[in-house]
Amino acid sequence: MNCLLAFSLFAAVLPSTINQSALYPAGPQAATPYYLWNVFAWVFGILWVIVVGFMIVGLCYRGRATRISELAGEKAVATGAAFTAIILLALIVISSAIARDIATDQSQANELKVRVTGHQWWWEFQYQNGPADRFLTTANELHIPIGRPVRMEVRSGDVIHSFWVPSLSPKIDAIPDHFNEIVFQADKVGTYRGQCAEFCGLQHAHMGFLVVAETPADFQKWFNHQLDPSQDNLSAEEQQGRQVFLSSPCVVCHTVRGTSAFGGIAPDLTHLASRTTIAAALLSNTPGNLSGWITDSQRVKPGTQMPPIDIASQDMQPLLSYLDALK
Amino acid sequence: MTTASPQTIADGRERDRLILQQAWAPAAGPLRWFKEVNAQVIGRRYIITALIFFVLGGIEALLIRIQLARPENRFLNPDLYDQIFTLHGSTMMFLFAVPVMQGLGLYFVPLLLGARNVALPRLSAFSYYLYLCGGLFLYIGLLSNTGPDAGWFAYTPLSGPQFSSGIRLDFWTQMIICTNISALAVAVVIIVTALKQKPPGMSLNRMPVFVWAMTIQSFMVLFAMPVVISAATMLFLDRSVGTNIFNSAEGGDPLLWQHLFWFFGHPDVYIVFIPPMGMAAEIISTFCGRPVVGYQAIVLAEISTGFLSFGLWVHHMFATGLPQLGTALFTAASMMIAIPTGMQIFCFIATFWTGRPRLDVPLLWISGFIATFIIGGFTGVMLASVPFDVQLHDTFFVVGHLHYVLIGATVFTVMGALYYWFPKISGRMLNSTLGVWSFWLSFIGFNLTFLPMHLLGLRGMPRRIYTYQPGLGWSNLNLLITVGAFILATGFFLTLLNMIKARANGKEAGMNPWKAKSLEWKTASPPPSYTFLDVPVLPSGGPSEDEEPEGVVRGFDASRRELLMTKVVDASPDYRHIVPGPSIWPFLLGLTSALTFAGIAFDVRWAAIGAVLCIIMLIGWFWPNGKSLTARTTWTTE
Repeated sequence: MNCLLAFSLFAAVLPSTINQSALYPAGPQAATPYYLWNVFAWVFGILWVIVVGFMIVGLCYRGRATRISELAGEKAVATGAAFTAIILLALIVISSAIARDIATDQSQANELKVRVTGHQWWWEFQYQNGPADRFLTTANELHIPIGRPVRMEVRSGDVIHSFWVPSLSPKIDAIPDHFNEIVFQADKVGTYRGQCAEFCGLQHAHMGFLVVAETPADFQKWFNHQLDPSQDNLSAEEQQGRQVFLSSPCVVCHTVRGTSAFGGIAPDLTHLASRTTIAAALLSNTPGNLSGWITDSQRVKPGTQMPPIDIASQDMQPLLSYLDALK
Repeated sequence: MTTASPQTIADGRERDRLILQQAWAPAAGPLRWFKEVNAQVIGRRYIITALIFFVLGGIEALLIRIQLARPENRFLNPDLYDQIFTLHGSTMMFLFAVPVMQGLGLYFVPLLLGARNVALPRLSAFSYYLYLCGGLFLYIGLLSNTGPDAGWFAYTPLSGPQFSSGIRLDFWTQMIICTNISALAVAVVIIVTALKQKPPGMSLNRMPVFVWAMTIQSFMVLFAMPVVISAATMLFLDRSVGTNIFNSAEGGDPLLWQHLFWFFGHPDVYIVFIPPMGMAAEIISTFCGRPVVGYQAIVLAEISTGFLSFGLWVHHMFATGLPQLGTALFTAASMMIAIPTGMQIFCFIATFWTGRPRLDVPLLWISGFIATFIIGGFTGVMLASVPFDVQLHDTFFVVGHLHYVLIGATVFTVMGALYYWFPKISGRMLNSTLGVWSFWLSFIGFNLTFLPMHLLGLRGMPRRIYTYQPGLGWSNLNLLITVGAFILATGFFLTLLNMIKARANGKEAGMNPWKAKSLEWKTASPPPSYTFLDVPVLPSGGPSEDEEPEGVVRGFDASRRELLMTKVVDASPDYRHIVPGPSIWPFLLGLTSALTFAGIAFDVRWAAIGAVLCIIMLIGWFWPNGKSLTARTTWTTE
C-alpha cells in the first residue's frame, strides 16, 4: 500500500498546462505586477551595471596617478544621490497610480461574488450571487467565467492563510475576524493553480487549489449541475458503497447533499467526482489515490486534519464506486 | 622642571606599564573565566559564540536546502522542517547577526576611542551570559523536541494557544526575551562608551564612522528591542494565563502581533546593516589610504536611516488588507530609505576613485558586499511598491531579496571585518590565498543560491513550504539552488578554517599590519588588558582617523581602573570614572535570569521565585566595597 501510495504521489503530476506563474498573467490584476516587474527589471538592471561599473573602474585605478580630487568625488556623490531621489520619486508615482487603479473599493454590477474560507489545509468556496438558497458551496476547485470580475470575500476558519493565484490574482490574507476582499478576472480559458502563501502550519506546502476559467456558457452549465444534490440513480455496488459511506466516520465531517451526511468541517463531497484533484490539489482524483488518501491520509499529508479511516477491504471497492458516482 | 635622561624615561615608562598591568590584571582563580569583565574579552566571546551560532544556522540552512532539492522529498518531515526553518531565522537574526555586531562593537569601540575599557564592564559581561544561555537553551529545546515551529515571525493565531499547544512556543518567547534583553544591555554600554569616552580632541563630529554606526545601531536597539520583548511577553501571557490579546474570538486581534513584531523586525534589519556600513567605511579608508569621501554625508545618512527604519514596518503587511492611503505612505517611506543607503555606497565608490585602493582580502569582501547588496536594495525598492509586493510577497522572491541584503551586506562585510581585525584580535594574520578562495567560492555560491530564488518566486513558489509538487517548473531551479548553497557553505567554511589555522600558526601581525591610521592599530596585537599605555590626545580639526595623536593625558592614578570620561560633544576632559574589576556577580545574575526565563516557560510561578533569586544576585552585585565611582582632579595634557 505504502509503495503504491509513494508511486501515486509522484504519478500525481498535474496536467502540464497548469499555470502557477506570475510571469504568465491571464488577467488584468496579474498583468499589472508583471508590467511593473518588466519596468523594474530594466531600470534596476541598467542601474546595477552603472554602479558596479563605477566601482570596478574605481578599484582598478590603484597605483595610477590619475586619481580624481576629493571635491570631484563629493560632486559625484551628490549627483548620484539626486538621481536616486528622482528615480525613486518617479517609481513612487507610478506605483501609487497603479495601486489606485486596481483598488477593490468600487464594485461592479456583474461581479461574481465568492466567499473563500481558508482552513488548515484546504479551501472552501461559496458562490453568493442570487438568493441564499442558491448559494453553492464547494472545495479546492473554483470555477469562474472568463471576462467577468470575481469579487472574493476572504475569510479564515482558523489561522492566517493567504489567497493567491499568481497568474490571475495577487494575494490577500485570510485573517480570523478580518473581512478582506480582492477582485480579479480571467481573460483566457484555462486551469490556473493557486496556493496558500502565508505559513499556516504543518501542511502549508499542500494547500493548493485550482481555478478553472471557462466560457460563460460552460460555467453556467457547471454551476447549475453543482447546485443539484447528489444523484439517486445508483447501481447496486454504488448503493452498497453509499451504505459504507454513511455508516463510516466520514459523515462526521463531510457533507453529501441529498444524503444524511451533513458534517460541516471538511470539504463538501456532493460532486467530488467532478473535481480534478483531491487533498487540496495534492493528488489527481483517481480511485487509487482516493483509497490511499482515505486509509492512509497521515502518510500522504502528515498532520492533516483528516484521520486515517479504517475501511474493511471488501467495502473499499463499493465505497470508491460510490464516490466515483458523485459526479 | 628637571631634564630626565632617556634611560630614566624608559624606566619610568616600564614602571607605568607594570602598574597599569597590575591594575587591569585579568581575573584570577579557578572561576576566572566567569569573572572576566574586560571589554575585549567579552567582545571576543561574543564574536566567537555568534560565529558558532552562524555555523549552526548555516547547517540548518543546508538541511532546508537538502529537503527542497527534489519535489516531494521525504528527507525531513514537516514537523522537523518547521522547527528547523524557525530556528534558522531565529538563530541568524537573534543569535548571530545582532550579537556579532555587538561583539565587534564591544571589542573595537573602546579601542577606536583609545579607551581602557567600556564604561559599564559588568553590564556587558552580564549580557554575554544572558545571550549565551538564551541561545543554548533554544538549542537544548530543539534537541528535546521542544524547538519552536511557528516561524521566527511566529504569527498569531498559529503561534497562539489554540493552534500551537505544548511548550515549544512558550520556551521560544522566553528565549527571545532573554537574548533581546542582552542586546539592550550591550546597547546601553556602547552608547555610554561612545558618547563619554572619546579621547580629548575627538569631538563628536570627528568620531570614527564605525563608532558612529555602533552608536546609531545601539539607539535603534534601545527603541526596537523593548517592542519585541513586550510582544513576546504578550504572546506568552496569551498562551499561559489566557489574556486573549491576539485572540479575535475574545476581542483581541491577531494583526496586532504583526504590527508589533515588524515594528521591531524592520528596524532589526537596519540594526544588522548599519554597523556593517561602519566597518566598510573603516576598511575602505585603510585600503584606499585616505579617509572616506563624505564623512558627514555618511554619518547623516546613517542617522536618517535609523529614523526612517522605524517608519517602514507596514511593507511587511501589504497583503493583510490595510487601507490604501496608509500603505501608500509606507511605500514612499520604504523607497526613500534607499536615498541615504545609496549615498553611503556612492561615498564608498568615490573613495575608491579618490584613493589608491589596495585590493587585499578585506577590501575584496567589501567590493563583493557592494555588488550584491545593491541587488538586495533594488529588489527592496520593488517590494515597497504595493501592486508588485502583493504578487511577490511571501514567495521565494522575498527569500532571495532578504538574503541579498542580510548576506550581501551583513555577512560579507563581517567577513571583511574579520579579515581586517583578526590580526588585532589574535595577533596573527589570516592566510590571504585562502581568503581569496573563500571569497570567490562564497560570492559564486551566494549568487547561485539566491539569484534563482527571484525567478522561483516569480514562477509562483511560496516561502516556508516543506516541499512542493513536481510539474510546476520549480524542480531544477531548486536543485541548482541547493548546489549553490553547498558552494556558499564551503566558501564560508574556508574562512573558519583559516581562522583556526591562523590562530595556531599564522604569521605574526605586529602592531599595524595594514598601515591603518585609526587608534586601534596604535597598540599591540592583541591589545594588553589596559589597551593603551597612555590615553591619547588628538589634534582637533580634520578627520580624526587621519591624524597621529599629538599628546597624552596625564594625571591618572594608574593603580586603579580609571577611565577618562569626556564631554559628549567637544570631548573635553570631564572626570575620571573608576570601573569595577573582575566580578562573579554578572555571571551569577545572568545565569539566574536565564534560568528564570526558562523556568517561566514551564510554570509562570517561576517568575516569583526567580525574582527573589535575582534580587539576591543584585544585592551581591551592588554590595558597597568602599571604592568611590568617580574622581575629579586637575588635568594635564602633554
